Formats: sequence, structure tokens, C-alpha cells
Amino acid sequence: MNSLQTQVLIIGGGATGTGIARDLALRGVKCILAERRDINAGASGANHGLLHSGGRYVSSDPGSAIECREEAELLKRLAPQCIEDTGGLFVAVEGDDEKYVADFPQLCSQCKIPVKALDVKEARELEPELSDKLIAAYMVKDASIDPFKLSMENISQAQNLGSTLLRFTKVVGFEKNNKEIRTTRLQDIISGEEIIVEAQQVVNATGAWAGEVAALAGAHIDIIYSKGSLIVTHSRVTNRVVNRLRSSASADILVPGGTVSILGTTSIRIDDLDQVYPTVEEVDTMVDEAVKMIPALETVRYIRAYAGVRPLVGSRSASDDRSVSRGFALIDHVHDGIENFTTISGGKLTTYRLMAEKTADLVCRKLRISAPCRTRTEPLPESQPARWTEPGLAPKLWLRHHEPEDILLCECEMVPKSVVDAMVSSIREQNVQPDLRAIALRSRIGKGACQGMFCGVRVTTYLFDQGELHPEQCLTHLREFFTTRWKGQHPTLWDKQLMQSELLEALHCGFFGLEL
Amino acid sequence: MTDPESNKYDVCVIGTGMAGMAATLFAANRDLSTVQVGHTGEIIFTSGLLDLMGVHPVNAKHLWHDPWAAIDAVIRDLPNHPYARVKKEDIRTAVEELLAFLNDAGLAYYRRGDHNSEVLTSLGTPKPTYAVPQTMWKGVEALAQKPPCLLLDIRGLKGFSARQIAATLQEGWPDLKTAHISFPDTEHLSEVYTEHMASALVLSRNREKFARIVQPHVNEAQVVGLPAILGLYRTNEVVSHLEQLIGVPMFEIPTIPPSVPGLRLKEAFERGLRLKAVTYFSQKRVLGIRHTADGFFEIIIGRTDTEHTVLSRAIILASGRFIGGGLHAGRKRINETIFDLPVSQPGHRTEWHRRDFLDSRGHPINQAGLEIDDNFRPLNGSGRPAFETLFAAGSILAHNDWKRMKCGAGVAIASAFGAVKSLIRICQ
Ligand SMILES: Cc1cc2nc3c(=O)[nH]c(=O)nc-3n(C[C@H](O)[C@H](O)[C@H](O)COP(=O)(O)OP(=O)(O)OC[C@H]3O[C@@H](n4cnc5c(N)ncnc54)[C@H](O)[C@@H]3O)c2cc1C
Ligand SMILES: Cc1cc2nc3c(=O)[nH]c(=O)nc-3n(C[C@H](O)[C@H](O)[C@H](O)COP(=O)(O)OP(=O)(O)OC[C@H]3O[C@@H](n4cnc5c(N)ncnc54)[C@H](O)[C@@H]3O)c2cc1C
Repeated sequence: MNSLQTQVLIIGGGATGTGIARDLALRGVKCILAERRDINAGASGANHGLLHSGGRYVSSDPGSAIECREEAELLKRLAPQCIEDTGGLFVAVEGDDEKYVADFPQLCSQCKIPVKALDVKEARELEPELSDKLIAAYMVKDASIDPFKLSMENISQAQNLGSTLLRFTKVVGFEKNNKEIRTTRLQDIISGEEIIVEAQQVVNATGAWAGEVAALAGAHIDIIYSKGSLIVTHSRVTNRVVNRLRSSASADILVPGGTVSILGTTSIRIDDLDQVYPTVEEVDTMVDEAVKMIPALETVRYIRAYAGVRPLVGSRSASDDRSVSRGFALIDHVHDGIENFTTISGGKLTTYRLMAEKTADLVCRKLRISAPCRTRTEPLPESQPARWTEPGLAPKLWLRHHEPEDILLCECEMVPKSVVDAMVSSIREQNVQPDLRAIALRSRIGKGACQGMFCGVRVTTYLFDQGELHPEQCLTHLREFFTTRWKGQHPTLWDKQLMQSELLEALHCGFFGLEL
Repeated sequence: MTDPESNKYDVCVIGTGMAGMAATLFAANRDLSTVQVGHTGEIIFTSGLLDLMGVHPVNAKHLWHDPWAAIDAVIRDLPNHPYARVKKEDIRTAVEELLAFLNDAGLAYYRRGDHNSEVLTSLGTPKPTYAVPQTMWKGVEALAQKPPCLLLDIRGLKGFSARQIAATLQEGWPDLKTAHISFPDTEHLSEVYTEHMASALVLSRNREKFARIVQPHVNEAQVVGLPAILGLYRTNEVVSHLEQLIGVPMFEIPTIPPSVPGLRLKEAFERGLRLKAVTYFSQKRVLGIRHTADGFFEIIIGRTDTEHTVLSRAIILASGRFIGGGLHAGRKRINETIFDLPVSQPGHRTEWHRRDFLDSRGHPINQAGLEIDDNFRPLNGSGRPAFETLFAAGSILAHNDWKRMKCGAGVAIASAFGAVKSLIRICQ
């Protein structure tokens, strides 16, 4: 059994957890961050990637709208490498609620959110794919953000400042004395080995899982789970973020990012956090709805879908005076009789930094550390491990310095051997085995049109030849790779993508017999 | 533009995949005047292996050693499977006729008696199949007997690692060695392709260079395996020359597409059928079909615009599934693309696929396709033959998950034979 000591144990490696790790590290506080799976395995890896201008919330939640505006402005300055400043439009089509349309600019200006009215013709010149049934259009400062890169950069800086990342390490229990968590029990989910962490403070940043984790410590949080699904197009449909100008409903937003666009989202209540996957019905609902805004969404090629869960932290914590805003819930479990335990949940990717700051403030107060927050002013440094997730980045680099020996392992997304090598070494630096799964998480491999049919095999054989994989792992990893990719692919299989999946199965089952 | 009246045929075969090629062969061998249209790449022949019947029932993953016994079981358990509409003797006749034809066209196939064999794939998995190209045969024997063996891979060839294949097979095969070599004259290239190497090896000068590179690695090995590159043409000559130079037998391991064995198969068909006076519109499509009052089909052929019009007494529709283009899936429905024939299919897209890619039951969409009568005639909405003389063959037929059952080529060949036989009877 392994036993570790630290000032702060952070549970959960999403945007919030990694953001807290960085924030604390910059205040000189050493942490261990324990993540059950891999970085961004939760909502942070399954969201829309929209850096909200705030426009979306002006009517339903002005508090959140203002937070979004402030944080988005800040992040555009401090973490520009994670952001594509696309700008955004809000558009209404025939039949949409005209009162909502009319109130919109006024509501925006109440929240100091810059908005510019466009005439419909102008809007369609900016974005030719917009419907000819448009009745109103406004320009806002939405942008697109790469959540993988964001979390990777946050954790990298924290690690550089002396914090520790434990991946595939799940919190399974707490030992308490009368008022405190004394030790936290974790389990390495690959080896099964138990790890004990002794921390002065424990932060529960497990997003939708926050209730489960708090319960392990004997604290109760009401959480309702809302699943949202999204679909990725094969190529980019619009240059700007396009929002439907109405109160939130399904398939309201199309967010461009690199070479693709992402359409979403749905909102479906679920009970079981392990049953989170996109369905054919959701995809159909979204396409049917979104074509009213952008008709081309009927005929574009979709390459995959994915789903994430939003935790809606319930009434008890929302009325808690420590909950900083309605957007997120910061809970000091001193009320549950645990003095060194804090939960942060809910909120948005856009406000992750603010959530991290508020959490770190509270934790530092408890630790009696007075160091101020530095993430509000200091740029997020760019680090190696995060570089390859951006769609279109690998090709750009490959084209720029193409070495003669550098061959493309993934042709759809143009990921060359050198990029895989770079990922392998940076994954090693994070103390992880560089396998197909870790590489798939950090790059676009397997996310292109070919569904991983060729690159899956190529990367596997390449990793094996580099001595990174054990023989018995090759087929297991390949099976797992296809199984994982498939969950997102199967709801979008019609037309060309269906042909592609038929070829995939012909090759990997018909020929290789992977199913046997 | 050709004059339709002077272009009257007994049969028009639509499709140049395995089913279309087989149907054309069987028709031409029976003196039917035949026209064939299609636009095939080698991709649809891929491995070059001819499966007859390998796995049934698929969810039990039951592998059959004897494909004929497996066919009996399929006919008994799945009365709608295409095999259930052909007599077993006819399946045998069809397979023999096709293999004899390929042999004459320079592409010899080997079998283990009348049983399935296991071929080594480029992932190191053993693939059960029925007829194996000669170039791969010694690999089948090696896999069974495990003699000292050398596996080669080639610098710059993606997705093929000899070490990985060897590692997968290491257990019980101690004398399996590997070597990484450069193909001659490719030192300046970062990436090499099987097709280019296969054409280079057609020249004896290149074979000599290649043998000099391979030779020092052979040592104790009694047999050498390598990716399928042993000649795009004149494969027999390429293999025997190389074996003579190296001093031990060699075998090919089929690779991911586009693959050389697939290309050879396509070329062998085209070469052989050319000798049989078949009219062949290659890389063309059927753009439209009209059924004339006197019972002929008027068939419009071209790439995008009409280039030819032919008249045919009968049609064999071997247009394949989604890859081939015979079926098309919209977001809501699957259609047959030429006649808009009814396609038997799950009620809704939610049921097309299972959530687990490798689900042992297979995906319901792979059962979708055309329903036929006992004469291989596709049925219309009221369950009757859509046309008196329209037949269908190959993977477009319903109730035939060839990917999981390992019966792709077999069903294509058997149903093509069944269709031609019925056509002759009905048209007489
Ligand atoms: C469909 C959808 C679309 C969204 N779109 C946007 C958007 O466009 N813009 C925006 O700003 N926000 C968006 N959001 C919200 C945003 O994604 C989330 O607010 C944010 O990612 C939450 O990050 P987090 O770190 O708090 O939680 P998560 O990212 O869920 O992280 C929690 C982590 O805890 C880990 N964990 C759980 N249990 C344990 C345990 N026992 N031990 C160790 N680790 C554990 C999980 O594996 C997970 O990695 C969206 C959310 C959803 C669901
Ligand atoms: C990756 C892969 C691996 C394979 N591995 C094996 C294996 O190991 N063993 C094995 O036995 N078989 C294998 N196969 C081959 C498989 O068995 C055959 O593809 C299958 O039997 C289907 O054959 P088919 O002739 O019915 O259809 P296809 O091969 O799909 O041919 C359809 C033909 O119809 C033509 N067509 C469609 N529409 C039109 C039109 N409008 N006008 C004119 N022509 C048209 C197409 O151009 C094409 O020529 C593999 C195939 C693939 C793709």
C-alpha cells in the first residue's frame, strides 16, 4: 500500500479540478490531484466548447451572464492559445418568439454584454449557410474554446510547480475523526492497488459525481443530472458561433472549432451516471430542429456524437449562503460537521477559472494562507502535452516542417509520426503508459471520417514497434479503441458515414475477425 | 452514343464485385450474350481470400472447420439465408467453376482438402477461410506446423509490424523471428506502398536486389513471410524466382486495403472475362433503366451523362450494399438505388446498429437487403417478383451478415450461380 501526504487533495481532473490545482500551485500550495480516469473524462471532455459571451443567459440568469462576460474577456487575454475568437451570432427564424427577440438587446446591455443588431441580409452575407427564413440577427462576442488544451495546460503548470497528478485513481472512501477527514482512500483502477492520502484539505471537484463523492464522506448534496448530446460535422459549417435567439431549447447552438462544427445540445434527465451516451433519437431531434436555422445541417456529413452530464445542484445548496452565484455551487461541508472538506460543482467551462479562484480562496482561508489569486492576472503558459488536440493543428505543423522520415499515421486528421512521438514522450512525463487510448484522448486520431479504421491499426503497430505496447495489449487496445469510438459513431451512421462503418466492419470483423 | 437495337443482350450484369464477376462468368460460360457494368476498385475484393462459410451461429462464435457442414446448419437454422435457395451441388459447381477460371487466368487458389484453413492476417489474427491464393498458402502450412520462420516488415510501410504479428503468435511458435528491411531503391522515400513494391518485383533485376537484402536475415528459417507484395502480375514467376534466390519458400500476409491480392483478383477477372466475349463497361454506372413493352430492359450507361444505351432480356443486380452503392441509407430509410426495390430493414434507425461495435449478435443493418423468391428474383411491395426477368445476387441480398458469418465470396458466387440458373430456365 502506498501512502502519500499533501496540503490539498483535489478530487476530479476536469476543468475545475485542474484549474484549482493551478490556482493553488501559483499561491505556493502543493496538491495531489486524483482523477478516476483521465484528464477531462467528465463534462469537461464532453461539452460544446463555447466560450460564452453571456448572451445565452441574459434572460434566464443575468448573474451567470455577467460572470460569463467577465471570464470570457479575461480568458481571451490570458489563455489565447486555447481560444479561437470566432465571434458569434444570435438569430431568430420565422415562427420564433418575437418578444424574446425584441427584448434581447436591452437585456444584453443591462448585463453590459456588447451586442450589435444586424439586418438579416448582412447576417446572411457573413454566414451564407443561415436560413432565408431569418427574421432577426445580433452579433455578440462568443468564441470557441478547446477544453482539452485548457485542462492540460492548467495541470501542466501545476505539475511544473510541484503538484502531483494521479490518473486512473479513484477516491473510494474517507477515514474521519470527529471533525475532519484524516485520510482519503484511493484505488488505482488499473492495478487495483490501494493508495492512502493524508491531506490537510480535501476538495471535491467531481462535477456530476460530486454527490457520490460527498456521500463517501457522509455529506449530502442534492444533484439532478441532465445529459446533453452533441454532434460533430465533418467540416466546418459556419465561421462564427451561431445561437438560436430564443429561450434555451434543443439544438440551439452551432459552435465551430478548427476544421469542424459542433451542433448541440439536448437536455435529458438521467438517473445513472454510467449510462451517458448519445442516442439516435437525440441526433434526429437535433438535426430536425437545427435545419430551421441552418438548412445545410440536413445534408452535411456528421462524423460522430458524444454526450456529457450537467450537474444541477439542488435547492439545499443553492440556498446555501456560500453558494457564490446561481451558476455554480461552492459548498463548505463544515455544515455537515466536516471542517476540511469543500465541494465545487456546476457552473460552466467559461467560468472554470472563477470557480477555481473561489474554491482556492476558501481552501487558503482554511489553511490560513494569505497568498492572493494569480490566475486573474497571469497568462496561462503554453505547454507541450496540450498541443495536439486542436483540430487542424497537427496538419499545420506537419505541413510547416515536414521531415522526410515523418509519415502520416492518421490521414483524415493528418497526424504524423512525429506528433505521435511527441505525445508519447509528454504522456510519459505525466507518468502514464502511452497507449492508443491515451493518444486518442490527446489528439484527433480516430476522430476523423475514417472512424479510426486505418489509423487505429497504424498507431497500434507503430506503438508496438516503438516498444510502448506489450504484445497481448495490441488486440485488446484495438478492440477497446473501436468500441469506444463506436459509441459516438453509431448515432450518426447514415449516408457516407454508414459506408465508412461498413468498410470498418468488413475490415476489422470480416477480415481481421476482431469480434471472435 | 450506341444504337440500342444493335445492342441486344440476353443478360446485363450490374456490378463488378465478386457477385457481378461470378454472374458474368457463369452467364458467359453458358453462352448467354452478356454485358457487364460497374465501377470497381480493388477495395471490394480486399483480402483476396474466398470465404465460403466460417461462423455460425455468430453469437456463439462457433467456428466451422467443414464449411459444407456449416452450410447445412445455416440452411436448417436460417431459411431466409441466400444459401438456403441454392442446391448444395450447385454451390460446389459454382465454386469449382470459378476457381478453375481464376486458375486459367493465372491466379491459382489452394484449399486444405475440402475444409477451411487459417490464414495469418497483418494483425496476427488467424483468419478462417476456404480458398487461399497460392502466394499465401505456405503461410497456412506454417501457421499449422510452426517451423522456424522469418517474418519481414518493410521500412515506411504503415500498419504492418512483423514484430507485432510475431508477438501475437509467439506462444507455441518459438522459432518465429522477425526482421525489418528496406525495399530496394526506396531509401529516399518516407513512405512505401504495397502496390508500388509489387510492380517493382515484376522485374527480375529488382527481385535480385530484394533477395540480396532478405538473404542475410534468413539464417535458420525454413520459410519467410512478408506483406503481400510478390508481384502485381506474373506472380508465379515472381515467387519461384525469389524462392530460388533466397533458398526457402515464401508466403504473403494479406494487408489492410488497398491491397495487392485484391488488385490481382480484379485484374484476373477482367483479363479472363475479356476472352469470353463479354461486353464490359468498366468504370461506368447504370444511370437509369426502363422496362419496355416487349419485355426488355433499356439500360442507360455512363459516368454522369448517358454514354451508351443497351437492351437486355434480363438483369442480374449485383450492385452490392453501401460500399458498392446498391443500397443507400438516408437518415430515415434504406433504399435500393437503381429500381427503388423494397428493402427489408429494421423499422427505425435506432435499430440499425448495436451500441457495442463488437456485439456478438452482429448489427441488424447487416441483415437488411432485398427479399427474393427461390429464383433469386427481388420481390416488390406485394411479395411478388418485381420483374419477370430481374434477378439479384451477392451482398445486396437480405439475411446475410457476411462479415460475421465469414461467407462473403461464397454467398456472392453461390447466389450468382443460382441467379444465372434461374434466368436460363425462366427466359427459355
Ligand atoms: C452537454 C454539455 C455542454 C456544455 N457546453 C458548455 C459550453 O459550451 N460552454 C461552457 O462554458 N460550459 C459548457 N458546459 C459545462 C461545462 O462542461 C462544465 O461546467 C465543466 O466542464 C465542469 O467541469 P468540472 O471539472 O467541474 O467537472 P467534470 O469535467 O465533470 O470533472 C469531474 C471529474 O471528476 C472525476 N471523478 C468522478 N468521480 C471521481 C472519483 N470518485 N475519484 C476521482 N475522480 C472522480 C470524473 O472522472 C471527471 O473527470 C457543458 C456541459 C455539458 C454537459
Ligand atoms: C474490407 C473488405 C474485406 C473483405 N474481406 C473478405 C474476405 O476476407 N473474404 C471474402 O470472401 N470476402 C471478403 N470481402 C469481399 C466481400 O465478400 C464482397 O465484397 C461481398 O461479397 C460483396 O460482393 P458484391 O459483389 O455483392 O458487392 P460489391 O463487391 O460491393 O460490388 C458491387 C458492385 O456494384 C456496382 N454498382 C453499384 N451501383 C451501380 C450502378 N448504379 N451502376 C453500375 N454498377 C453499380 C459497384 O460499382 C460494384 O462494382 C471483403 C470486402 C471488403 C470491403
